[in-house]
Amino acid sequence: MTHESVFSGFGGQGVLTMGMILGYAAIFEGKEVTWMPSYGPEMRGGTANCITIVSDEMISSPIISKFDTVVALNQPSIDKFEKAVKPGGNFIYDTTTTLRHPTRQDINIYNLPAGDITVELKNTKVLNMVMLGAFLKITNVVKIESIWKGLEAMLPERYHKLIPLNQEAFMRGYNTVTAYKPVLV
Amino acid sequence: MEPENVDVMVEDIVTPENLVYRKPSTLIDVEFHYCPGCGHSTVHKIFMEVVEEMGIQNDMIGVAPVGCSVFAYHYLDVDMQQAPHGRACAVATGIKRMLPDKYVFTYQGDGDLAAIGGNETLHAANRGENILVIFINNAIYGMTSGQMAPTTIEGMVTTTSPYGREVKTMGYPLKFGELIAPLPGVAYVTRQSVHTVQNVRRAKKALQRALEYQKMGLGFCLVEIVSNCPSNWKMTPIESNKYVQNVLIPFYPLGDIKVPEVKK
Amino acid sequence: MGEVRLMKGNEALAEAAIRAGVDAYFGYPITPQSEVIEYLSREATKRTGMLVLQAESEIGAINMIYGAAGCGKKAMSTSSSPGISLMQEGLSYIASAELPCLVANINRGGPGLGTIQPAQGDYFQAVKGGGHGDYRLLVLAPYNVQEMADFVKLGFELAFKYRNPVMILADGALGQMMEKVELPPQEPRVHIEYPWATTGKPKDGPRRVITSLHIEPEKMEEINLRLQAKYKKMEEEEVRYQAKNLEDAEYIFTAFGLVSRIALKAMDLGRQKGYKIGWIRPITLFPFPKKIFAEVSEKVKGILDVEMNSGQMVEDVKLAVCGNTRVEFYGRMGGVIPTPDEILAYFEKMFIKGE
Repeated sequence: MTHESVFSGFGGQGVLTMGMILGYAAIFEGKEVTWMPSYGPEMRGGTANCITIVSDEMISSPIISKFDTVVALNQPSIDKFEKAVKPGGNFIYDTTTTLRHPTRQDINIYNLPAGDITVELKNTKVLNMVMLGAFLKITNVVKIESIWKGLEAMLPERYHKLIPLNQEAFMRGYNTVTAYKPVLV
Repeated sequence: MEPENVDVMVEDIVTPENLVYRKPSTLIDVEFHYCPGCGHSTVHKIFMEVVEEMGIQNDMIGVAPVGCSVFAYHYLDVDMQQAPHGRACAVATGIKRMLPDKYVFTYQGDGDLAAIGGNETLHAANRGENILVIFINNAIYGMTSGQMAPTTIEGMVTTTSPYGREVKTMGYPLKFGELIAPLPGVAYVTRQSVHTVQNVRRAKKALQRALEYQKMGLGFCLVEIVSNCPSNWKMTPIESNKYVQNVLIPFYPLGDIKVPEVKK
Repeated sequence: MGEVRLMKGNEALAEAAIRAGVDAYFGYPITPQSEVIEYLSREATKRTGMLVLQAESEIGAINMIYGAAGCGKKAMSTSSSPGISLMQEGLSYIASAELPCLVANINRGGPGLGTIQPAQGDYFQAVKGGGHGDYRLLVLAPYNVQEMADFVKLGFELAFKYRNPVMILADGALGQMMEKVELPPQEPRVHIEYPWATTGKPKDGPRRVITSLHIEPEKMEEINLRLQAKYKKMEEEEVRYQAKNLEDAEYIFTAFGLVSRIALKAMDLGRQKGYKIGWIRPITLFPFPKKIFAEVSEKVKGILDVEMNSGQMVEDVKLAVCGNTRVEFYGRMGGVIPTPDEILAYFEKMFIKGE
């Protein structure tokens, strides 16, 4: 099985870290993984993304243009990547700051008020973990325990005290994400 | 006369009591390829005298440039690397950073140091690389037969400034020593010449001081030697020395440009 | 099993350099490989005392390597296409002076300033000499992050074995992507006194001179003949490649670096449709694995070469098969990466529908 996903948002929202935690989790399960960030001038102007592919076999290209799952953390990402979901694929986004919702009929769309959840958790930096929880609920690419291990591998030792908060954020996303049906105009 | 007899006679004459002059042991005993009267030979000799006197022949790595002194390693009996044109200071950086306890020097002409290698020289100076740069400035390209150098002075005739260097179109002569002297990484900048015996002695002293500063780890040292080029200036050696004295030195005044403060 | 990490290709290469006991890195930032000098600046000196120096330019960097390598030290640099162009002068001198060093080119799309996206347009430059004069680099083409790390140690072994510059030719994607990598153990930095290295004239022997200048034509020809003999020896002893499904293959897909993975996937897709496709991935681009191509050319109906350029390695494939079989080329340029489906479609168009 191969799962091709992209995480996209503003620089500083931790989208690159989302892919890395997933990547480490996949490695701990003995899977193959490639993680490819956007780089260069593409990153200027605020948006960043990473393509993360998890597979049971060798992965050919780390750069692809159609995805099984897109996770969008801001409006520009929603606008940019809606058309990049494979038919039948998943589109997951945060509703907190969204003005224009996705409209495609041939994909599965999910959302959650991730930004509001981070306010409740009193730490907006865990937005990426809320969204990663939502991603895992929908895709089941790896086990939750592997995500915990990935989190540990990714966070420097001095931040390990923040692991419980990150886990809570992840589970809130995992349990909150719901399917969304675009309204036909 | 039989050759054997000649040998015997030479040995008879060259005895410790009679010896008033000899080549330093650090200079390989072969004929120079430099033109008669050229300052390169003199600078090679006095530099190797300093190396011999300081006893550092086995602790030294030199870098030869591209230019007339490309074959410096035919004469200087120390480990040497020959660098791509203009890159001597970068090559010397690589050597000195790997072997910080060794004496490292480059020997470069005006084109190599100030034109094609201007950037490498400038940045090695600015990094304060702890090396000695011997800079032979004869205001012309010698090896390629007399083209204009960055140090060619205004009005000077070369094969690429046949009507004299016109600064409006060809730019101004570059005083590289003055250019880098203000940089904090630069410890010692001096301008010397070898056109009189007195100047030869001063130049030798400057080379020795620069090596002493290197031993103290003070940083980048530039010893510029205003020199001659009888062949390409189309002068006799004596005329060329007069040209150094009367024309070049007024534009490139001799003396120390920057001297480090050394704690006694 | 060694330490396993999720790392970018650039970081894995840098980490491997520290662990290989490299003495010096000289470089100049350029996308998409600046992570190498950043990583080394952060990690290397404090761990092994390795020198990391940001040079004034790639010209400065390659000449610092010349100086350091001339002292018998393990010196390296990395850059990307425009920077590698600036290093060609120095590489020619290093090859001629017979000094060992390692340079990695994280190839981006060109010509000119081009794009920072991955490409393979520097194959000719890497494999056919690149600078002036008759010389070769030994060129290694990694296809995953693991090999980005592994080829550092291998590269230095080959560089010192032959006293010749070695180039790792990768691309922007291999530099930027993260994958699982098993890191080699830390090796100590050791100083070896080589008889050719300039470390100060020995008290009991002649001075050492490192030069590429030999005015007399006969002498320069002698140097050239020695270099050519060395390259011949590399061709006999250092050829590396990987192959799959050659036994029953009627067609061959070939590609190097990242593209070879995509070609491998295309082969799998083709096999699912019943086409008997085999796969060859040259690992050394110079020396090129001519023999295996010559062998398969006797029995296959055709070879499809895929590259991220306008067709460069394909010339070496054609030379190797010497007209024995049909060779077709499929390429993308400017930073575009071909897909497995594209490759298979082109294969069907050229080889199947035409039958």
